[in-house]
Amino acid sequence: MNQGYRWPLVSLHWLTLLLIAAAFVIGNVLEDMALSPLKLKLYAWHKWLGMTVLFLLPLRLLARATERLDQSVGLLPWEARASLLVHAALYLLMFAVPFLGWLSSSAAGFQVVWFGVLPLPDLLDKNKELGDLLQQVHMLLNFSMAALVVAHLGAALKHHFIDRDDILARMIPFLGTATGGTK
Amino acid sequence: VNYRLSAPALLGALLILAPTAHAIEFNQFQPGKSTLSFVSKQMNVPVEGRFKSFRGKLAFDPAQPAAARAEFEIDLASIDAGSKDADDEVAGKAWFNTKEFPVARFVATSVKPLDGNRFEVAGKMSIKGKTLDLATPVSVTRQGNNATFDGSLVLKRADYGIGDGIWADFGTVANEVQIKFRLVATAAAAK
Repeated sequence: MNQGYRWPLVSLHWLTLLLIAAAFVIGNVLEDMALSPLKLKLYAWHKWLGMTVLFLLPLRLLARATERLDQSVGLLPWEARASLLVHAALYLLMFAVPFLGWLSSSAAGFQVVWFGVLPLPDLLDKNKELGDLLQQVHMLLNFSMAALVVAHLGAALKHHFIDRDDILARMIPFLGTATGGTK
Repeated sequence: VNYRLSAPALLGALLILAPTAHAIEFNQFQPGKSTLSFVSKQMNVPVEGRFKSFRGKLAFDPAQPAAARAEFEIDLASIDAGSKDADDEVAGKAWFNTKEFPVARFVATSVKPLDGNRFEVAGKMSIKGKTLDLATPVSVTRQGNNATFDGSLVLKRADYGIGDGIWADFGTVANEVQIKFRLVATAAAAK
């Protein structure tokens, strides 16, 4: 697998995906829930997962920065540009979405206590209007992120099944190479 | 009126007044200057709340703490529990059931001096049809005509059946609720 990404980036990629997917689903479920102990639990988990994404981001950026594989290898020039753009946006949102969640939680007057153990500082004073606004922006960015993830996934599948190249396999070590031989 | 008084008359007047001159009684409770707040823990997150409407009677003479009297009523529906959702929820049957029990009441039964400006106030707390004994230290700060009574205590919500049914699990909302009060009373004409 000398053409794949190294394990730190690969594991952080899939871990982040799991965390974001779970936080995203929980976040959407919360929207329609009446207040209940379950809702409070899910709220807590939503925040814990989001904060974990935020805290893993520096590690992921480090893994990305030290990755020897150039992600534009094997891409057409327009693909490379689009790929760079989407990846930059995804990294930005990996920061902005949880950070806005943290801000909106502070403004709503609910401190985030990571996994019920580590109290994170309140970044804003309680302000209901601001909290509601930040919440809206948080949601809007979430759906933007979901759209980009779909584009990202679509591109990966296109490379694997239509172009039949090794782009997807770089991120899935056990997938092997679609073309079967170029090692 | 003749304001000129002879020295002996003045001295005599002072001697008569002397025993009561020290006995200042703070007996005009000032709800507008007082606060009643609390901190509940939800999923280990401290959440601040307060009651906006309460009233009471208070009479406190620092020289005669044992004679002090205090009685308060709190309108439970005036709660700010941290969010609109929570305010609506805690008015309901599982929590305060404010329709049936709109008011919480505290009546002091004894006041004992502790040290310095601190006193122990014991009394009966009634919430949601349950009356329990309660004792808490209170520190008194005098400033001119005002006395401020500060204190905090921990109430266990389950003792009063506050938050039962699906909310009975303390893992989500802790049993212990930190209550903080700052009560102000002014001294008016001693009775």
